[in-house]
Amino acid sequence: MSSQAKASNASSSDKLLKWILGICLTVGGILVILPFVWMILSAFKPEGEIQNIPPTLLPEKFTTENFKNLFQNMNFGVYLKNTLMIVFFSFIGLFMNAMAGFGFAKYKFKADNKLFYIVLATMMIPGQVTMIPVYLILNQMHLTNTMIGIVLPGLVGAFGIFLFRQFMSTIPDELLEATRLDGAGEFRTFLQIVLPISKPILAVQGILAFIGGWNSFLWPLIIANDEKLYTLSVGLSLLKGQYGGNYALQMAGSTFMVVPIIIIFILFQKHIIENYAISGIK
Amino acid sequence: MKGMSQSKAPYFFIAPTLILLTLFSLLPILVALIISFTNMDLAGLADWSNISFVGLKNYIDVLADPIFTKAILNTLFYVIVGVPLVILCSLAIAIMINFGANRVFKAFRIVYYMPSVTNVVAVAVVWGFLYNPAFGLLNYVLDSVHLPAVPWLQDPIMAKISLILMAVWRGVGLNMIIFIAALQGIPKSYYEAAQLDGASTWKQLIHITIPMLRFAIFFVSITTMIGWLQFFEEPFIMTNGGPLDSTTSVALFIYRNGFQLSHFGYAAAGSFVLFIAIIVITMVQFKFQNKETDL
Repeated sequence: MSSQAKASNASSSDKLLKWILGICLTVGGILVILPFVWMILSAFKPEGEIQNIPPTLLPEKFTTENFKNLFQNMNFGVYLKNTLMIVFFSFIGLFMNAMAGFGFAKYKFKADNKLFYIVLATMMIPGQVTMIPVYLILNQMHLTNTMIGIVLPGLVGAFGIFLFRQFMSTIPDELLEATRLDGAGEFRTFLQIVLPISKPILAVQGILAFIGGWNSFLWPLIIANDEKLYTLSVGLSLLKGQYGGNYALQMAGSTFMVVPIIIIFILFQKHIIENYAISGIK
Repeated sequence: MKGMSQSKAPYFFIAPTLILLTLFSLLPILVALIISFTNMDLAGLADWSNISFVGLKNYIDVLADPIFTKAILNTLFYVIVGVPLVILCSLAIAIMINFGANRVFKAFRIVYYMPSVTNVVAVAVVWGFLYNPAFGLLNYVLDSVHLPAVPWLQDPIMAKISLILMAVWRGVGLNMIIFIAALQGIPKSYYEAAQLDGASTWKQLIHITIPMLRFAIFFVSITTMIGWLQFFEEPFIMTNGGPLDSTTSVALFIYRNGFQLSHFGYAAAGSFVLFIAIIVITMVQFKFQNKETDL
C-alpha cells in the first residue's frame, strides 16, 4: 500500500534526522564540558607541565601538590569555613521564605494581595541600583565587615516566596482546620503539617539555596574587608589577582569550587530542571 | 495552649521577610535616589554634615563621562550580540533535544545545563586559562590546524566577543529548559494534522513550532536582555574592564565608582540611568509583543 510505504519512508528519514541531531548534540556537548575536563586535568599537573607546548592531555606527573598548597599557604580552609557558614544561613533564609509563602498562601488579612505584589515587584529591581544604598544601610547598622552583614541582603528572595506560596496554596484547608481543632498552635501546624507536605518544593529550594550560598560572590566581596571573612569565590578571585601566572594553582582552586556543585547537580538534576520547567513558563 | 490567635498569625509568618525586603530592596531605591542628588563619598560616610545637595550635577557629569559613554556602548554591544546568540543557541538545542524525545537525548539536558550552576568566578578563571595567548588550549588548537592565533582578551573587539562566548556558554542551559517545557506544551494533534497534509519536518518547525513558541521566546528575550544589561561578573573577573575600558560594562562602571573610588552619589546616578534604560527597553519590548499578537 502506498500510504504505508510513505509512512515507513517518513520514519526512516526521521531516524536519519535523529542520528544527525544526536551527533550535533554530542559534538556540542563535548565542547560544553571541555572547559571542565581541562580544568580538572590541569589541576593535577605540576606548574611546569602546564606551560608545556604542546600541552599534555593527561597529567604526566600526577600531583595533588596544588590542592595542598591551597590549604597550607592560601587560607582556603578559612574560605571554606566561611562559605559553609553562608550556606547554613541561606537555609535559614529558605525557612523564612517558606514561612512567608505559607502566610501568603493560607491566610486572609488586610492588604494581603497588595503586599504580595510588592514582594513580587522587588524581583524587578536591578542589583546595581540597590548595591550602593544597601552598603550604606549596612554601614549605618555597623554591619560592614561582619558575617551578618554578608548574609542579610540576600537572605530572603521574592522568587522563593512565590514558589512556596504556589505550592502551599494546594494544601487543603480542612487539613489545617483539623489540626487547629486538635489544639495545635499556628506555628506548630506550620512545622508539623505544612513543612512535611511541602517536601518536594523544600528539596528543590534547598538544593538551589546550597548552590547559591556556595557560589555567593558579590556581597562577600563588598562587605568583607578582612581575609578572615572571605568566601571561596572571593578567595579564588584574589588568587587570580596575586598568582596570575600560576595556572595549575588556579585550576585546583576552581576544581575545588566547581566539582562539589557538579556532583550535587547530577544527583539532583531531575528536581532542579523540573522546578524551572514548572516555574519558568507559568 | 494556642501559641497565638489566628488573626495575628499571618503577620508573624510574613513579618521577618517583609522587614528584610523593605530594608534591602525597597528602602535602598529611595536612598539611591536621594544620594544621587548629593556629593556622598567617604567623607560623607564618616560624617553626614559633609554631604550637600548638588542637584542634577551627578547626572550631568555621568552622562558626559567618556568612560560611562564607552560603558553604555559596550553594554549595547553585549546585548545586541549576546541576547540573540543565547536565544538562538538555546532554542536550537531545545528543539533538537525535544525532537529526539528519548533517554539519550534527555541526558543532554544535564550536559547543557551544567555550566549555569557552576560558580562564575571559577568559570572565569578557567576560561581565562583557555584564552591565554601563550599556553591556552584554544590558541594551541588553532595553531595545530594552521590557523593564526586569536588575541582573545588583548584586542578591544575580540575581548568583548570572548566574554560573550563565555556568557553564552553559561546562559544557554536555563533558557533551554524553558523552551523544552514550552515545546512539550504544544498539542501533538497539530503535528499529526500537518503530517497528514504531507508537511515536511522543516515546514512543521517553521509553521507550527516557532509560532507556538512565541510567548516563550518573548519571555526568554525579556529576562535575558535584563540580565545582559547588568553584565558584571565576567568583565570584572576576566579583564577588569580592560584593555582600555573596552570591556567595561555599565554595571562594572557603577561598581568601580561606588566601591573602588567611593563616589557613592555619582555611582548612584549612574545606576539610575541603567534602571531607567532597563524599564524603557522592557516597555518597548512589551509594546512590540502586543502589536505582534494583534496581527
